[in-house]
Amino acid sequence: MKSKNQSSTAKQINSFKRTNILKRYIPLYTMMIPGIVYLVINNYIPMGGLIIAFKKYNYSLGILDSPWAGFSNFEFLFRTNDAAKIIRNTLGYNIVFIILGNIMAVTVAVMLNEVRSRQAKKIYQTLILIPYLISMVIVSYIGFAFLSQDSGFINNSILEPLGLDKIQWYTSPQYWPIILTIVYLWKSFGYNSIIYFATVIGIDASLYEAAMVDGANKWKQIWHITLPGLKTTIITMVLLNMGRIFYSDFGLFYQVPMNSGPLIDITNTIDTYVYRGLTQLNDIGRASAAGFIQSLVGFVVVFIANFIVSKIDKESSLF
Amino acid sequence: MVRKNNFGQFVLNIIFIILAACCVLPFLLLVMASFTEERTLVMNGYSFLPEKFSLESYQYLLRSFSTIANAYGITVLVSSVGTLSSLLITMLLAYPLSRKELPGRSIFSFFIFFTMLFNGGLVPSYMMWTQIFKIKNTLLALIVPSLLMNAFYVMIMRSYFTSNIPDALVEAARLDGAGEYNILYRIVLPLAKPMVATLALMIGIGYWNDWVNGLYYLTDSRLFSIQNLLNRMISNIQFLSSGVSGVDLSGAAATVPSVGIRMAIAVIGILPIMIIYPFFQQYFVKGISIGGVKG
Repeated sequence: MKSKNQSSTAKQINSFKRTNILKRYIPLYTMMIPGIVYLVINNYIPMGGLIIAFKKYNYSLGILDSPWAGFSNFEFLFRTNDAAKIIRNTLGYNIVFIILGNIMAVTVAVMLNEVRSRQAKKIYQTLILIPYLISMVIVSYIGFAFLSQDSGFINNSILEPLGLDKIQWYTSPQYWPIILTIVYLWKSFGYNSIIYFATVIGIDASLYEAAMVDGANKWKQIWHITLPGLKTTIITMVLLNMGRIFYSDFGLFYQVPMNSGPLIDITNTIDTYVYRGLTQLNDIGRASAAGFIQSLVGFVVVFIANFIVSKIDKESSLF
Repeated sequence: MVRKNNFGQFVLNIIFIILAACCVLPFLLLVMASFTEERTLVMNGYSFLPEKFSLESYQYLLRSFSTIANAYGITVLVSSVGTLSSLLITMLLAYPLSRKELPGRSIFSFFIFFTMLFNGGLVPSYMMWTQIFKIKNTLLALIVPSLLMNAFYVMIMRSYFTSNIPDALVEAARLDGAGEYNILYRIVLPLAKPMVATLALMIGIGYWNDWVNGLYYLTDSRLFSIQNLLNRMISNIQFLSSGVSGVDLSGAAATVPSVGIRMAIAVIGILPIMIIYPFFQQYFVKGISIGGVKG
C-alpha cells in the first residue's frame, strides 16, 4: 500500500517535471513554427499532390475531386516518343556534365593550388566565379550575342572572315549538345573548382614537405598526394550529382536555346517537358505523369547514391 | 631547377589568364555591343571592337525609363524582403535544432531533411500556389514559392551553431534568466555573423537572379522583376514599346534600336551584381566551400 502511494507520488513528480521541461522548451518550439509551416506548405502538400498523375485533371473540380484515371496518363506519356526522348536527354546530358564537369573542376583546382602568387590566386578565383553569379536569362543573352544568325559574333566575326557559310544556330539541332555542354561548363566550373580547391588547401602541408625531401617533383606530388587527398571529395561530388541525374537545369535547357521549336527534340528534358505540358500545351496529364516519374525515380536514385557514399565515406553521406 | 620552376609558373599563369578571359570576355561582348551604333551592328554584328560607338541603346532605354525603373524597384524590393524573411525563418528553425537537449530534435531534423530527398515537382506545386493560395499575379509569387526557405541552408546554419556556439554560454545565459529569443538575438547571432553574412549573400543572389517564379506565376508585366523583363524582352523586343508603362510608343517602335538594345538591357541587368561582387567575394567563396562539404 505504502509503496504504491510512493510510486504514484513519484509519478506525479515525474509528470510535473516533464511538463515543466516541456514548458521550458515552448519558446524553442514556437521559434520553429514559421519554418515548419513553410515546409509543410511548400514541400509536403505538393508531395501529396503527386496523386494528380493518376487523375483526369479537371480545372473546375481541383485535384481531389477530379476523377481517377488509373495509369492512363502514363500510358499516354509512353505511347508517344516523348518519354524516351526526355529521359534520354536528361540522363545523357547529365552523364556528360558529371564527367566533364568534375574532370575540369579537379584540374582547375589542382592547378590553382600550384599558382605561387597569392595575389594572382585570388584574382583567378574571383574571375572564374563570375559566370556562376549571373542568371540563366543573362546567359541566354550572351548566347544570343554569339549565336544570333544575323548579328551573332560567331557568324559575323569568325565564320564570315574565314569565308564559311553562316550557320542558323537556333534551328540546327546537331550543334546543341556541344553548345549546351560548353554553356554548362562555362557557368559551373568556377563553382565546382572552388569546392575542390577548398579540399586541396586542407591537405596536410607536411605531406608535401616530406615528398620534397624525398625528391618527388611536382607531378609526383600531385599524383601521389593531391589527387588521393581529393578522392573522397570527388566520389562524394560525383555521387551527389548522380543523385540529381533525373533533374536538369530548367534555365539551361529552356532559356539558352530560346525555346526554339526545331531544337526541342535535342533540348527537351523532363523539367522543360513538364513546364511545357503545364503551361503551353495544356497537357497536364502527361506533364504530371512525367513529374511523378521524376520525383519517384529521383528519390530512389538519391537513396542509392547516398548508400554508396556512406559505404565509401561515412562523413560525406547525406544521411 | 629554379628556371624550370619559373617556366612552370609562367605556363600555369597563361592557362589561368585564358580561363579567366573565357569567363569575362563574353560580358565584354555584351557591353561593347550595347555601345555600338545600330547601323554598324546590323552590318557587322556584335563585335568586341565596334567600328562606331553610340549611346542610342541607352538613350532608348532612358525613354522607356519607367518600365525599367519599375522592374528594378521590384527586384530590389523582392530581394531585400525575401532575403530578410528567409534569413529570419532559417535562423529561427536552425537554432532550436542546434540545441542537443531539445526533445524531438531528430524528428524535426528528419522532417526538414526529407524535403531535400523528395519533392512533388512543378505540377502539384503550381496547382497549389495558384489555386489554394491564389498567388498568381501578386508580389508574393516572387518571394514565397520555393525560395523562401531552403532546407539545405537550415542544415548548414544548424551545424554552424552546433560547432561554434558553446553550450556553456547558452546555459549560463539561461541561468541568468535570459529567454530563448534573447539568447538567440544577443548571444548566438553575434557569434554567427560570418555565417549569416554568407547565407545572406547566397540567398540574396538567389532572389536577384530568380526568373522562374515570375515565369510560372506572373502574367501582369507591371509586377515583372528585372529578370522577368529581360526574359520577356529577348523573345519580344517590341515589348518595351508595347505599352507596359501605359505610354503608347507604338509610333516609335519602328525606330527601336532592336539589335543593340537587347545587350544594353542585359548590361543593366548584371551591373549591380558586378558592382557588389568584388566586395563580398570572400564571403561568397566561403559560402561555396561550406556548401561543398555537403551539397
